[in-house]
Amino acid sequence: MNITELTVHELKDKLKNKEISVMDITNSYIDRINDKEKDVQAFVTTLTQEALEQAKNISGEEGEYAGIPIGIKDNICTKGIKTTCSSKMLENFVAPYDASVMEKINQSGMITLGKLNMDEFAMGASTEYSYFKKTRNPWNLNTVPGGSSGGSAAAVAAGMVPWALGSDTGGSIRQPASFCGVVGLKPTYGLVSRYGLVAFASSLDQIGPITKDVEDAAMLLNIIAGHDEKDTTSENIEKKDYTKALIQDVKGMKIGVPREYFGEGINPEVKAKLEESIQTYKKMGAEVEEFSLDIAEYALATYYIIACAEASSNLGRFDGIRYGYRTKNFKNLKDIYRNSRTEGFGAEVKRRIILGTYVLSSGYYDAYYKKAQQVRTLVKKEFDKAFEKYDLILTPTSPTVAFEIGTRSNNPLEMYLADICTVSVNIAGLPAISIPCGVNSDNMPIGMQLIGNKFEEDKILRAAYAFEKEIKFRDNYKPEFRK
Amino acid sequence: MSKNDYEIVMGLEVHAELSTKTKIFCSCPTEFGGEPNTHCCPICMAMPGTLPVLNEKVVEYAVKAGLATNCEIARNSKNDRKNYFYPDLPKAYQISQYDMPLCEHGNVEIQNENGEKTVIGITRIHIEEDAGKLNHNEFGAGSLVDLNRAGVPLIEIVSEPDLRSAYEVEQYLRKIKSILEYIEVSDCKMQEGSLRADVNVSVRKKGETKFGTRTEMKNMNSFRSIVRAIEYESQRQIDLIEDGGIVEQETLRWDDISGRTFSMRDKEDAQDYRYFPDPDLVTIRLSEEYIENIKNNLPELPESRRKRYIEEYKLSEHDANLLTGSKYLSDLFEEATNKCNNAKMVSNWILSDISRILNEKEIEPDQIPFTAEELAETIKLIEKGTISSAIAKKVVEELFKDPKDPNEIIKEKGWIQISDEGVIKEVVLKVLDNNSQSVADYKAGKDKALGFLVGQAMKETKGKANPQMLNKMFIEEIKKR
Repeated sequence: MNITELTVHELKDKLKNKEISVMDITNSYIDRINDKEKDVQAFVTTLTQEALEQAKNISGEEGEYAGIPIGIKDNICTKGIKTTCSSKMLENFVAPYDASVMEKINQSGMITLGKLNMDEFAMGASTEYSYFKKTRNPWNLNTVPGGSSGGSAAAVAAGMVPWALGSDTGGSIRQPASFCGVVGLKPTYGLVSRYGLVAFASSLDQIGPITKDVEDAAMLLNIIAGHDEKDTTSENIEKKDYTKALIQDVKGMKIGVPREYFGEGINPEVKAKLEESIQTYKKMGAEVEEFSLDIAEYALATYYIIACAEASSNLGRFDGIRYGYRTKNFKNLKDIYRNSRTEGFGAEVKRRIILGTYVLSSGYYDAYYKKAQQVRTLVKKEFDKAFEKYDLILTPTSPTVAFEIGTRSNNPLEMYLADICTVSVNIAGLPAISIPCGVNSDNMPIGMQLIGNKFEEDKILRAAYAFEKEIKFRDNYKPEFRK
Repeated sequence: MSKNDYEIVMGLEVHAELSTKTKIFCSCPTEFGGEPNTHCCPICMAMPGTLPVLNEKVVEYAVKAGLATNCEIARNSKNDRKNYFYPDLPKAYQISQYDMPLCEHGNVEIQNENGEKTVIGITRIHIEEDAGKLNHNEFGAGSLVDLNRAGVPLIEIVSEPDLRSAYEVEQYLRKIKSILEYIEVSDCKMQEGSLRADVNVSVRKKGETKFGTRTEMKNMNSFRSIVRAIEYESQRQIDLIEDGGIVEQETLRWDDISGRTFSMRDKEDAQDYRYFPDPDLVTIRLSEEYIENIKNNLPELPESRRKRYIEEYKLSEHDANLLTGSKYLSDLFEEATNKCNNAKMVSNWILSDISRILNEKEIEPDQIPFTAEELAETIKLIEKGTISSAIAKKVVEELFKDPKDPNEIIKEKGWIQISDEGVIKEVVLKVLDNNSQSVADYKAGKDKALGFLVGQAMKETKGKANPQMLNKMFIEEIKKR
């Protein structure tokens, strides 16, 4: 038995049956990190020593997940542990408090194995924009893991953590999950507290699970979901047990397939695999129907306007005054601001701050930001209309499989297109999951996205669970660490 | 053309710190003072990942202010971000309200210099957070940031450009101050900066309907400097126009020492605040019931107190106006009256000696150091004949310096009035002996001479002799001569 290949629900069962101990788990993961991290480069901070200490003292009474390891994306604040956002700006930043999700993770008894690499401030789709390192895709080390939660997805795929937290502003959980052949769930906006998540775009950001399978995703969502007084955008709704949704039955479920997501730009192998998946659902008894979601083509532009506008304001606080990087080269206040930000931020972050500043400027506000908000309302309405007919919407997670490192990082527009299938979900505040639906001829995973109506994570999980049981992706394909 | 051919047009933006216990978006105390950076937390220090949660009391206080100034209260309102970089603004944006303020379309009534009532429109009242403070050069080179004030709740009350003179501006500001004090939403301590105003000034030729170009003087925090600044700035604009120049729209800083305004920013530096709705905060929705409830629980406002003083205490309209102009004076009046039952005397003392001292010391009524009880006690001492009015004046002076029980003051100072007939007679005889000319004058019908003689006797007794007894005794004794 290889412990690092097990899912969390499997680990829990074996712990309960005393087949394995917390020390066994911790040691296995530390060995695995020592073995694979040099190839994958998923961690910004590893906490192996701390994890061992913690594991030694675990009695099992700490919480439901006592002794289960987890990896945390490095934009989620962890008290006493560096939270860098993979930026030079926050290279040495240690938050004096835990994010609300971290309080829940800690209460459950989990052991944090480390902080995971990402695109700087979560801006990117390949994790190449990290200030520290380029994370590799465990399926093919020459390709990107996707982004921005590339470290989280790669670490889960490589078995260096059994599960991880990511964050998703325009696809940053789902797209890397798709590239790395794992499960990634972006919850409904407002289901999970954002308190302690370093903000990129406040009206779009959500924290969510990246896991090996759907059951683990439901379990991790159970832990992190729920109203938080510290985040007024978190909804006060009744708590659900998402594992109850995991039934292997989609009979009668109505699934809509928007044809716009299968048109120009989609890789033929991806398209073929998605069409195969649609057939699988039909075979399982779901009603699948094509429809038009023509507002989708405007979603990307809308997304980049809103996300950059909010980012330009959210990142103002990194001014070299109170914390974070401060230039050594200054004579006056303006120098501190200009040089700290020039030296502390990477090119993509600056690009988005400039874009965002521009669209909010007087004279341009109405043409860009205001217009984008109007389109946002239309996107929501289109989805509302679709959900009157369908339980779920099925699309590819990304039009392509993982691309080679360096092929897009100098072409921002092409990089932005990697988000084309995922951004409208954030624009509308909906939940969506990415699960693997097969591999291409080069043995690279292909992801399928299931979008649900607000707070209907249970429907997504049910359909994803049934599909996963049907195609048995993990039994058939494994990352090969190809060089 | 002269100054008289011009009309000054002004509008005010008044910032008042709200006296809620905690800050607007976190649970730090709002208390003034404290060691630097001790009243702050990750939220008001803008640590990465933190989020604001709106303090409901702030909304309640702003709605109170809106209702007390006849505003319409918005059922739906939101918070916006005002983006700019400055070290006292840790998030690099101020959470304020842009196009959907809580209160709009209000007004207050003031009396202008001709005693006419005039209505000043209130455009809007919105809520926002205060910034921190920079302490310059306190520990050598550079500046230090103190974030104790960052996140203290403010309301900004924006008036219409309805004000036409420095006098009206002062009356308007006093009115706003007293309303906020009455409804107990702000302590309005100008010296601590909890009430401050930006003054917009423009001038135009009389009869002109279009407004002139305005300049803005920021963060004025005393009545005296506001009046001086308006006088200076309006004259500067008139002189400029008269000389064929053009007034530039700009932000000015008033310098109290040189008595001039200075340009703060040049045009190249024109700020674009890039306002947009704060995505971290949800829409503020107020129910009819909520607003109705606040309306029904508003405390008594100055207008109603004024009427009551005229009816209940038989004060003149003028005196009632002055007293109710400040909640502190009005409260002092009511409390002292309750304790000594002599409204007329309390009113007189407050409006004459106490007001004079406030003026001399250039302090506001909220800085009066003594209690209503101490004032009432002083008045009782006059009534009982223990001290004369002349001594009472000294007692009040003393109360400003070292407030304590007036009985103790007069004992310590030996100011108890002399009402012993034997002692008075002795003094009177002595004064008469030394001033035979005045005696002759009095007998010759010059009544003034009596005043002189009483004055001499007062001098002799260091003001302690009972003046009624002196008067009586002098008249009696002169008759005998």
